[in-house]
Amino acid sequence: MQPFRRHTGPVVPLDRANIDTDQIIPKQFLKRIERTGFGEFLFFDWRHRPDGTLDPWFVLNQPRAAGATVLVAGKNFGCGSSREHAVWALADFGFRAVVAPSFADIFATNCAKNGLLAVVLRPEEVGEIVKRATAAANYQLTVDLEDCRVSDDEGVSARFSIDEFTRHCLLEGLDEIGLTLEEEAEIAAYETRLARRRG
Amino acid sequence: MSEPGTLLDKIWMDHVVCVPAGRLPLLYIDLHLVHEVTSPQAFDGLRVAGRGVRQPGRTVATVDHNVPTTPRGTPISDPIAALQVETLARNAKEFGIRLFDIDSPDQGIVHVIAPELGLTQPGMTIVCGDSHTSTHGALGALAFGIGTSEVEHVLATQCLPRRKPKSMLIEVRGRLGDGVSAKDLALAIIRQIGTDGATGYVIEYAGEAVRSLSIEGRMTLCNMSIEAGARAGMVAVDDTTLAYLEGRRFAPRGRAWEEALSGWRRFHSDPGAKYDAVVEVDACGLAPLVTWGTNPGMVAPVTGRVPDKSEAHGLDAAGVARMLEYMGLEPGTPIAAIAIDRVFIGSCTNSRLEDLRAAARVAKGYRVAPQVRAMVVPGSQAVKRAAEQEGIDRIFREAGFEWRESGCSMCLGMNPDILQPGERCASTSNRNFEGRQGRGGRTHLVSPMMAAAAAITGHFTDIRNWQFR
Repeated sequence: MQPFRRHTGPVVPLDRANIDTDQIIPKQFLKRIERTGFGEFLFFDWRHRPDGTLDPWFVLNQPRAAGATVLVAGKNFGCGSSREHAVWALADFGFRAVVAPSFADIFATNCAKNGLLAVVLRPEEVGEIVKRATAAANYQLTVDLEDCRVSDDEGVSARFSIDEFTRHCLLEGLDEIGLTLEEEAEIAAYETRLARRRG
Repeated sequence: MSEPGTLLDKIWMDHVVCVPAGRLPLLYIDLHLVHEVTSPQAFDGLRVAGRGVRQPGRTVATVDHNVPTTPRGTPISDPIAALQVETLARNAKEFGIRLFDIDSPDQGIVHVIAPELGLTQPGMTIVCGDSHTSTHGALGALAFGIGTSEVEHVLATQCLPRRKPKSMLIEVRGRLGDGVSAKDLALAIIRQIGTDGATGYVIEYAGEAVRSLSIEGRMTLCNMSIEAGARAGMVAVDDTTLAYLEGRRFAPRGRAWEEALSGWRRFHSDPGAKYDAVVEVDACGLAPLVTWGTNPGMVAPVTGRVPDKSEAHGLDAAGVARMLEYMGLEPGTPIAAIAIDRVFIGSCTNSRLEDLRAAARVAKGYRVAPQVRAMVVPGSQAVKRAAEQEGIDRIFREAGFEWRESGCSMCLGMNPDILQPGERCASTSNRNFEGRQGRGGRTHLVSPMMAAAAAITGHFTDIRNWQFR
C-alpha cells in the first residue's frame, strides 16, 4: 500500500450529504475482475447526461477537477454497499484524501486499506473549506497525517483525529495481512482450542 | 461472578485470538461467505502474495449478484458478467472452497442460503463482502459486511484486526398491528434514527415486537441495520431461533445438537448489561410505510403525504428539492395517489418463503393492473421449490406476476433486471438510492404485502384495508 504522510493538492467540493457508493461507482462497473481502471467510471451517472455526453455543470467535469487530489463532501460519505470499487475509483481518479463531517463505516475501512485518507472534520470546518474551494478554482489543501492537521495558506488549520492503528498503517504503508500472519502461533493455538471445544 | 455482558460482549470475547502490542485485537471469523462480485481481486491478491486460503472449510461461495433470473441453462449474455461468474468457479476450485454454483439446487442470495442451510449459527462471527451480511444477526450471530481487501485478509488468515464496535440497544415496545411487517419496523427505525444514526455501532434489537417476529422477520430487520449505518444487527437466541435451526443440513445433529443447544442458550444479553446507546421505538400504531426519497430514511406512512421541504429531517431544502425532482414527486401528494409502473418482490431483505406467502395471500384471486409489470424473484432455489410445492407460484402467475429464478436481481440491477429511466417501482428491496435499480429509475421501498397490493391497484394502497380473496 502506498504510504500517506503529508499531501498538498487541489480541492474539489461536492457539497452533498449521504453520497452513497452507488453514486460513486454505479453497479454496471462492478462486473470487472480487476482492481484497476475504475477512475473513468467515478460518479458516472452524475458526470454523464442520459445521452452519454458529459454534464459540464458537474464539478468533476470542470477544468478544476483535472489534477484534483482532495475531495470535500457532506456527511455520511460512502454510505450503502461494501463495494471497495468505490475507493478504487476515487484513488484511480487521482484522489489521495476525502474530507467530510462523517463517513460510512465500511467505506472508511476500505479507504484505509488503499492508502486513501478519510479525514473527519467538524461540519463548520468542512463548510468553510467548501466555501473557499467553491470561491477559488485553484484552492489547495494540505493534509498532514503526521500532525493530524488539515490546512490551507489562508488561515484554515483544523485538527482531526484518526484511529491510531489505522494512522500507523497508513504512515508506513503496511501490509496488514502480513502483520496478522506474524501472529500465526496465536491463531493456530486458538484454532486448537476451538477444535477441542467442538469435541 | 463476571460483569453482566451484552450479546455483543459475549460473541466478541469468544473470538478475540490475541491483542498484539500496539495493534488492534485479532477477531477470529467462523464463517466467510463469498460471492462473485467482491472476491476476484481478493483471490488475485492471494496469488500475487503466494498465500493460500487458511480455512477452506469455513469458506462458502455462491453466485447471486450477476446471475440472470431467466430460466437456468440460458447463457449469461453479458460477457463481462459471465467472466466474473466463471472466475468464482475457477477460484473456488483452485482454493478448495465449496461453491453453490449457478446450476446448484442450493444456489441463491448468499444471505438467504446460509441461514436456510443451517450454516449460520448462534454465537458465530460471520463476514461477507456484502453490506447486508448483517442479516445473519437474526440468529444471534455477529455478522458484518467487509470490503475486498478484508475478504483477502480473512481468506489468508481467518482473522480480522478490529476495534470492538459500540453497542446500541433498540428496544421495540408493543406489537406490530395486522398488515405491518418487519420491513415497516425496519423503515420506522431508520426514519427515527437516520441513515447514519447507528454508524460505529452494532445494534441489538429487543422488545416484545422483535421477540414475536419469526426468524425470517428478524432477518428482514437485521438486514436493514446497515441502512441505519450499523455494520451489524442482532437478535438474542430464544426458542424461535432453536426451532428454526433444528434439522437444517449443516446444523449439528444428535448428541452434537443437544450440546450445541446448551452453548447457544447463553447468547443473549444479561440483565443489567450496559449498552453505549439505547433507543426506544414504539411499534403500536405503526402504519405500513413507503419511502418517498432517495435514501431509506425518507419514509412516510401509506396514509400520509409526500412531505414539503420543511418536513424532511436532517436534510437541507436543496437536498429535499433534489430528491423530489429525481423522484418526480410534488410536495403534499398523498402517498396512496402515487401510481407505479413496476413491482419487484425479492432481495436479501424480503425474498424468503414467508415474504412470498404474505405477498401471495394479497395477490390471490386478483390481477396485476394492466399498466404494471410485476416480478417475483425467490431468494434461493430452495425457496422457489418450497413455494412451488405450496402452489404460491401458481397464485402469482395467475395474477400476472412473473415468477423467476433466484438471485439479487433488481435490488441492484447488476443483471438484466433493471428499471428504465423514469419508471417508478414498488420494491421490497433495501435501497432507494438514485439509479440503484436502473439509471433514472424511481424506487419506493415497501413490505411484500404492500408491493403485491400496489401491483394489483397500480398505486400504493393501505394493506390494512385489503379484501383478501
